[in-house]
Amino acid sequence: MIALIDYGSGNINAIANIYKRLNIEFEATKDPHKLQKAQKLILPGVGDFDETMELLNNLGIVETLNELVVEKKIPILGVCVGMQILGESSEEGKIKGFGWIKGKVRKIDEALLKTKPHLPHMGWNTVNPVKKDPVFENVNKNNGFYFLHSYYFDCENQEDILATSDYGKTFASAIKHENVYGFQFHPEKSHQNGVELFKNFANI
Amino acid sequence: MLLPRITPCLLVHKKGLVKTVKFKDPKYVGDPINAVKIFNEKEVDELIVIDIDATANNREPDFELIKNLALESRMPLCYGGGVTTVEQARKIISLGAEKVAISAKAISNPEIIPLIARAIGTQSVVVVLDVQKKGLFGKYELVTHNATKSTGKNPVEFAKKMESLGVGEILLNSVDKDGEMKGYDLQLIEQIRSAVNVPLTVLGGAGSLDDIKNVINKFGVIGVAAGSLFVFKGKYRAVLINYPNREEKAKLFN
Repeated sequence: MIALIDYGSGNINAIANIYKRLNIEFEATKDPHKLQKAQKLILPGVGDFDETMELLNNLGIVETLNELVVEKKIPILGVCVGMQILGESSEEGKIKGFGWIKGKVRKIDEALLKTKPHLPHMGWNTVNPVKKDPVFENVNKNNGFYFLHSYYFDCENQEDILATSDYGKTFASAIKHENVYGFQFHPEKSHQNGVELFKNFANI
Repeated sequence: MLLPRITPCLLVHKKGLVKTVKFKDPKYVGDPINAVKIFNEKEVDELIVIDIDATANNREPDFELIKNLALESRMPLCYGGGVTTVEQARKIISLGAEKVAISAKAISNPEIIPLIARAIGTQSVVVVLDVQKKGLFGKYELVTHNATKSTGKNPVEFAKKMESLGVGEILLNSVDKDGEMKGYDLQLIEQIRSAVNVPLTVLGGAGSLDDIKNVINKFGVIGVAAGSLFVFKGKYRAVLINYPNREEKAKLFN
């Protein structure tokens, strides 16, 4: 079973819908006992770094998640802000992230954007895999993915970068460290490419 | 490379999907959920849905409708219509929309914008500028309530103010061009594009893919939205939901 961590993020329904159509077993839950039974975890996310961490802290599941991810090495996938909170901290706020992948979340530098629009980085952009990973199986690079963000994950270790995209400069749009995956774009709103990613993550 | 966005804009009136001309004479074109299903199949870039009754009837957004739209939508969804509070915006995002569009309330109470941005993130706040030419000299002016109320406000000044308060996108809608299908108001777009840096999506006037191409040629990475073009086919305006396929779209970007 794949557990979609249900802490109040809006995009959880879209992810649930994809797994429903794929006929892959999942459960949207915030119950620590149910999380313990999951073979995979998905951490959705839309919005603000601090607000997201606060919601998770208030639910009292941070300890459970640390145990599952760090000790039991359960594969976890963070989407958008769900990816950003995999890092140690963010320029957007003051609260600490999980720190499962070394790096800080920084604001995209507007000075590097030579043409309009500036921020947020919004729309369909190319995601270039820099490593071979089963998660990209059957993904059509030409069709791209949908982005909606102003902050990006600045990886401390370059080997944690799975794919990059360009906006002002090249940034990590997909990251992976051991069992922890993060996507900055929204696969749940990226048509068939997104469906393939979720399917691949389920099969890892 | 970041691409321009080509975005169908659907209007909801009395629970049905409609298309207007100059914001008047809504013509029934189908069922909203069914339209979303068809646009899923066509893999559209984004979808905008505006409830044109909510503000006009002074009622809050139809959350049941938004929930069903968001559940069905496999593309990014922007909802607008009747949003007046932080709580409503938060709820719309929690129901699964990516963006919330605010119009009349942003004009009557601009201070709500930073509060909404704090709750749902700047990137998800869209402000709608309904613009109409007014008076002898055809000066651009902001209007609200389906263009039945004038505000006396200048759209350029207002766009700058919205950007400074923290919106993630401006949706610029030309009332005069709505439903005419004779091309976008490029002069109006130019004024707003040169005034602000945030992403801009333009609506009103698309009659052909060439009209969309003209906007992209001139403004590069921009959102180009259309209503009539994507719901009508042919000169008799037969209802047929359509959208360019990937090859047709690629031609618009060159």
